[in-house]
Amino acid sequence: MSGDSVTKGTEDAAAAADSLVVLSNVNKHFGALHVLQDIDLSIARGEVVVVIGPSGSGKSTLCRTINRLETIDSGTITIDGSELPSEGKELARLRADVGMVFQSFNLFAHKTVLENVVLGQVKVRKTDKAAAEKKARTLLDRVGVGTQADKYPAQLSGGQQQRVAIARALAMDPKVMLFDEPTSALDPEMINEVLEVMQQLAGEGMTMVVVTHEMGFARSAANRVVFMADGKIVEEATPEQFFSNPRSDRAKDFLSKILHH
Amino acid sequence: MFDFLESGQYDVLGAFWVNVQLTFYSAIGSLVWGTVLAGMRVSPVPLMRAFGTAYVNVVRNTPLTLLIIGCSAGLYQTLGISLGGDNFKDIGFRLAVLGLIAYTGTFVCEALRSGINTVPVGQAEAARALGLSFFQVLTLIVLPQAFRTVIAPLTNVLIALTKNTTVAATIGVAEAALLMKEMIENEAQALFAVFAVFALGFVVLTLPTGLVLGWVAKRVAVKR
Repeated sequence: MSGDSVTKGTEDAAAAADSLVVLSNVNKHFGALHVLQDIDLSIARGEVVVVIGPSGSGKSTLCRTINRLETIDSGTITIDGSELPSEGKELARLRADVGMVFQSFNLFAHKTVLENVVLGQVKVRKTDKAAAEKKARTLLDRVGVGTQADKYPAQLSGGQQQRVAIARALAMDPKVMLFDEPTSALDPEMINEVLEVMQQLAGEGMTMVVVTHEMGFARSAANRVVFMADGKIVEEATPEQFFSNPRSDRAKDFLSKILHH
Repeated sequence: MFDFLESGQYDVLGAFWVNVQLTFYSAIGSLVWGTVLAGMRVSPVPLMRAFGTAYVNVVRNTPLTLLIIGCSAGLYQTLGISLGGDNFKDIGFRLAVLGLIAYTGTFVCEALRSGINTVPVGQAEAARALGLSFFQVLTLIVLPQAFRTVIAPLTNVLIALTKNTTVAATIGVAEAALLMKEMIENEAQALFAVFAVFALGFVVLTLPTGLVLGWVAKRVAVKR
């Protein structure tokens, strides 16, 4: 590759080398419904990509395919140069490098907040328990729930639970973080405390894929906005470009519906 | 009316003690075996799922008496498997425990499987997303939560098991039901008294089980 230096090939190679997550030609069906249609998307190291679109457009499914919580029918997904294995130990190892934050938090209900953040470190990363607890407490302080460490998830507010979930994912030192509508299940007054943590994370250079309806967050934190509709990526642009001057009619229509007030 | 108890001829407590021991070992064994079966029934490996399903459906629908006689006549008398026992009493006891475990394990499995279904799918997804293996997801996240929700149905299984230990009489294990049969033959004049003694004995064994486990179920319930 190093031989042909001036050609477009090296540019592509350089882009590919810098791309942390690459989806190419990904297709998925739910029965008769073609939820992901020929998706091509590459996410660079340190990039924050916000995926928006109407419900049922496939954006959550897209997010979940990246750590194979949803299988795909065709196409390839590579993370940091290695293709996503279909199952077994290899897949588990790869998932450990991909942090995931869910809409419904999914904190382990029978474990305390601290245990939630310690579990993956000890069982997957084989960190010793004392070091894992120290790290967990640091992370919990960082997301502002350090004082809740010994409570159970059900005793926390939604916003607090989601911040614990972020700390749990960060404890694995992930290469990329996936956020699947992280604020959609929250009461309005709790949305900001979660978005602030995400803003901070984006500022620190974490690679992030965020599926959200928070246009404010998309504007301020995203490097790129990906607009999906009906299983396809309709438009990709910088946030300024996308919100001020959307190219596709589908995006114009979507924005006109949500940006009225 | 109850003078037969004072004759010193019958060791009623000793006989019930055998039932307690049968229950104890069978309960532990069937809890372990039932958990393994449940793990098989939810495993991603088709062969394991098929085995689990076939085993549960065959054994659950076979009368316990048949299973225990099968253990005695088939395993011991025909194949010579004595499970390490060196006298008739020990061999009979161990074979009965084996039969009870084989049978009760299926009910534990099914109770547990319904418990697994009550654990929200997001719990397992979050665990998988952290990079835990199937076995770790099952043993660290899903089963601990499933167990807490099925303590009540497992109590039913345990009570049924306690009473089912009387089937061990069919292969000559000297437990309460065998003694009762003997007493009915010898003390026919006190038939109802004999019945009352044994019925009371089982109530004494099973009633506290239900009360204690009911309390435990409340204590360990997972709050969501």
